[in-house]
Amino acid sequence: MNIPTITTILTTTKEATDIKTITFRYPKTTTPGQFFMIWIPGVDEIPMSVSKITKDVKGITFRKIGEATDALYDLKPENKIGIRGPYGNGFTLAGKHPLFVGGGTGIAMLAPAVEQARNRKLKSTIIIGVKTKKELFFEDRLRRCGATVFVTTDDGSKGYKGFASSLAKDILKKEKIDAMFTCGPEPMMKTLHSFCKAIPFQASLERYMKCSIGICGQCCIGKGLRVCLDGPIFDGKTLQKIEDFGVYKRDAAGRKIPF
Amino acid sequence: MADLSTKISTLRLKNPTLLASGIMDEDAGSMQRMSTCGAGAIVTKSIGMQPKEGYANPTILELEFGLLNAMGLPNPGIDLYGQEMKTLQKSKIPLIGSIFGANAKEFVTLATKMEQYGAAAVELNVSCPHAKRYGLEVGNDTSLLHTIVSSIKKKIHIPVFVKISPNVTNIVEIAQAAEKGKADAIVAINTVKGMKIDLETAQPILSNKTGGYSGKAIKPIGIRCVYDIAQSINIPVIGVGGITTGEDAIEYFMAGASAVQIGSAVYYRGPDVFKYICKEINVWMDKHGYKKIAELTGVAYQ
Repeated sequence: MNIPTITTILTTTKEATDIKTITFRYPKTTTPGQFFMIWIPGVDEIPMSVSKITKDVKGITFRKIGEATDALYDLKPENKIGIRGPYGNGFTLAGKHPLFVGGGTGIAMLAPAVEQARNRKLKSTIIIGVKTKKELFFEDRLRRCGATVFVTTDDGSKGYKGFASSLAKDILKKEKIDAMFTCGPEPMMKTLHSFCKAIPFQASLERYMKCSIGICGQCCIGKGLRVCLDGPIFDGKTLQKIEDFGVYKRDAAGRKIPF
Repeated sequence: MADLSTKISTLRLKNPTLLASGIMDEDAGSMQRMSTCGAGAIVTKSIGMQPKEGYANPTILELEFGLLNAMGLPNPGIDLYGQEMKTLQKSKIPLIGSIFGANAKEFVTLATKMEQYGAAAVELNVSCPHAKRYGLEVGNDTSLLHTIVSSIKKKIHIPVFVKISPNVTNIVEIAQAAEKGKADAIVAINTVKGMKIDLETAQPILSNKTGGYSGKAIKPIGIRCVYDIAQSINIPVIGVGGITTGEDAIEYFMAGASAVQIGSAVYYRGPDVFKYICKEINVWMDKHGYKKIAELTGVAYQ
């Protein structure tokens, strides 16, 4: 059986403009990088990467961007949602001095991976890239991990002015980074991928999902790789062969949509 | 080693396991992967006249004994799908273009385009249990079905398969209507209409509320349908419904099938399920002294 488990929302926290974290009781073992299917009864069911992991409680962090996330945003503690999963492969940490690059809400799902890196005593560097400082979140949480944290904003309202990928290029030159993990806009991840020919690279991809169990084909990329089951984390070598990476995604009807 | 090749009308297949429509077949890359996983042919996603997004999620549920889905026939539309088909023209795997329309005119247009795109056959989806105006609403009307099939047969040269539904009073009548329209083969069965209600929220989980049930639980239903149909018509039957192992396929051959389609088992055993099932068919046939699929077809009623 793999039907949604109904659970009660424990907390809701506003992280930044239009961005919230909700936590719920869900004791299944979950790895950073994995995702849940979140059912909002009567509205929709959407994939959401885990952003908070404890033994009994899990969390997701999201931006209001459509009908489903708007409904999720308005939920209060004690409201009920359905959860399936966790699904997907999750990150496999590598290196001694990893660089994590999160763009926009992409930082949400990297946070548990950074915490896992801290538990393994890795020396982490993190770039949080946002458009403007109003969209910044998780900075304190990541600093508490003992990581070196850089903030980039497109408009220069905080930290480095410019793209996260530009700062990453500088850091790769100066520091002995030996692995990179990223989640964010795909063109950004594609740029980062091009910097990582010689070190392990893992990126979390997002596609419109329907079944989430590897049969409907909706989220397939390249030669039939299922983002829901073979991903959502893909390594640099695999991404090298995926011609759609950073080029196009598909809508619910399967039409190609350029990035 | 038994000979697993089989023939459906003029279509020759290296083995009798086809990828069922709707599974890993919306884009060229997925179909390439499934062909390297050993499928004897690929049936495409059901394609209609216009792009269609399908229903909101939840669209698929894994229940105890099978899968329940209501995708809502998502597809990019026949014009865009041509790009996916053309990418595959060089591959040797036969592609069977699954199509759905609301009337004979739409079906003829879709079938003609599929032929132009290089399809080895077309499969008419007149049996989707959860799409308004399409599918079962067409396939439950014997005179409309006859008109659709005969109109297509006048226009195209590749074989025409008709996939029919068990959600009807008399499936044999439907198969006979398709045969009378000069269909080249019957595909049976599509999913069985069903529902799952969540107890905590007291509502159906699928956004469309009802869906089509597939997987192991529906195999006896499919076997019975194939058994009844195969004895009543003179064109080949392709069996589908709950085939997960080689022995399941053998059972369908005995009931009268000349080939089988596999869908839900891609979930249960992974994309390599075609290789596993072919191997299992081979082992069983060797052990029981059968040399060809045709020797098995319909032995249960002969």
